[in-house]
Amino acid sequence: MSGHPHDEWSQALFRQLKDAGVELFTYIPDAGNARLAELAEEDNETRLVLLTTEEEGVAMAAGADLVDKKAILMMQSSGVGNCPNFLSFCKGGNFPCLMMVSMRGDYGEQNPWQYPMGQAAVPILEAMGVLVFMVERRDELEGAATAAINAAFHNNQGAALVLSQKFLGAKAF
Amino acid sequence: MIDISLDRRNLLEPLLPGHGDCLIVTGLAGSARDAAGLTQDGDHLFTMAGCMGAAVATGLGMALSAPDRRVVVITGDGELQMNLGSLNTVATQSPANLSIVCIDNGTHGETGGQEGHTVNRTSLAKIAEGAGIESVMTISSAGEIPAARDFLKDAPGPRFLWCRVMPGDPTAFKRNLNPAECRLRFRNAFLAAG
Repeated sequence: MSGHPHDEWSQALFRQLKDAGVELFTYIPDAGNARLAELAEEDNETRLVLLTTEEEGVAMAAGADLVDKKAILMMQSSGVGNCPNFLSFCKGGNFPCLMMVSMRGDYGEQNPWQYPMGQAAVPILEAMGVLVFMVERRDELEGAATAAINAAFHNNQGAALVLSQKFLGAKAF
Repeated sequence: MIDISLDRRNLLEPLLPGHGDCLIVTGLAGSARDAAGLTQDGDHLFTMAGCMGAAVATGLGMALSAPDRRVVVITGDGELQMNLGSLNTVATQSPANLSIVCIDNGTHGETGGQEGHTVNRTSLAKIAEGAGIESVMTISSAGEIPAARDFLKDAPGPRFLWCRVMPGDPTAFKRNLNPAECRLRFRNAFLAAG
């Protein structure tokens, strides 16, 4: 689906994640991760797993790590609010958890329900020891993704690649 | 009202005779203690003492990532009900190498034995069936353990075994509660086994 609005950067990020050895892609669907999820589903060497709540993805990453495999959890910023207790794996247990968070409620949002959690997402991640790597422009993506991958898998901790609405664009209501 | 005569302290050993070849993940509290007693807190076991609701998803991540190994999740009724959606996720992925054993004492044993949902109207077997888990079995007496053992060995996976046990103390066993140490212990043993 090359006409997808997020195709170009999703292809680039998918290649980067594959090169880093990420095999398990867990997610709650969001416009910001839709193309990346398609790529993970189409590829024979990666597996896409639909979750029922985002915290499952934190636990699945821990399970994968226990058998020396790598995962990424893809979610909207609202889903960060479902994760803190399970992030104890990372802060207390040195489990890696690589996340990609597509922001709502941060820049140009038209849905007032999205602002409270959107504005709390980064402070909540940081409160649980997750390093946050923000992307506001296309030319920041590769460096931020590399930094998040390194923090997660070389320092064994939570690391979030956070894609702002400046980068993704805001949905019209 | 169903008659429950199963003592959890005499459950896991006859249920999982080949547990040394399995990778075992537990939730917190009683199920963790029972599993630690079974394995003498072995390096093929990862137990939790927090993250309530994470056991099934952790086992799923493990089962999908190590498809050649048998993965057993041991959880309690409270722990499982904290994240019932994980059963849906398991059913959709349908890993043949995953078994879920729920030791249901109908109470929150760790916090004083407060009554839980399953002593009333809730059927965890129907929930697992409704989620779409391939094989589901229920036991409530010691006489059913041999059939349950065969179920875990032979039934098409993923499997869900609902063990309805009497309220009462879990196995007395003092396990390592340090998650970072337990992570490394498990990983190192897994990698050494090749």
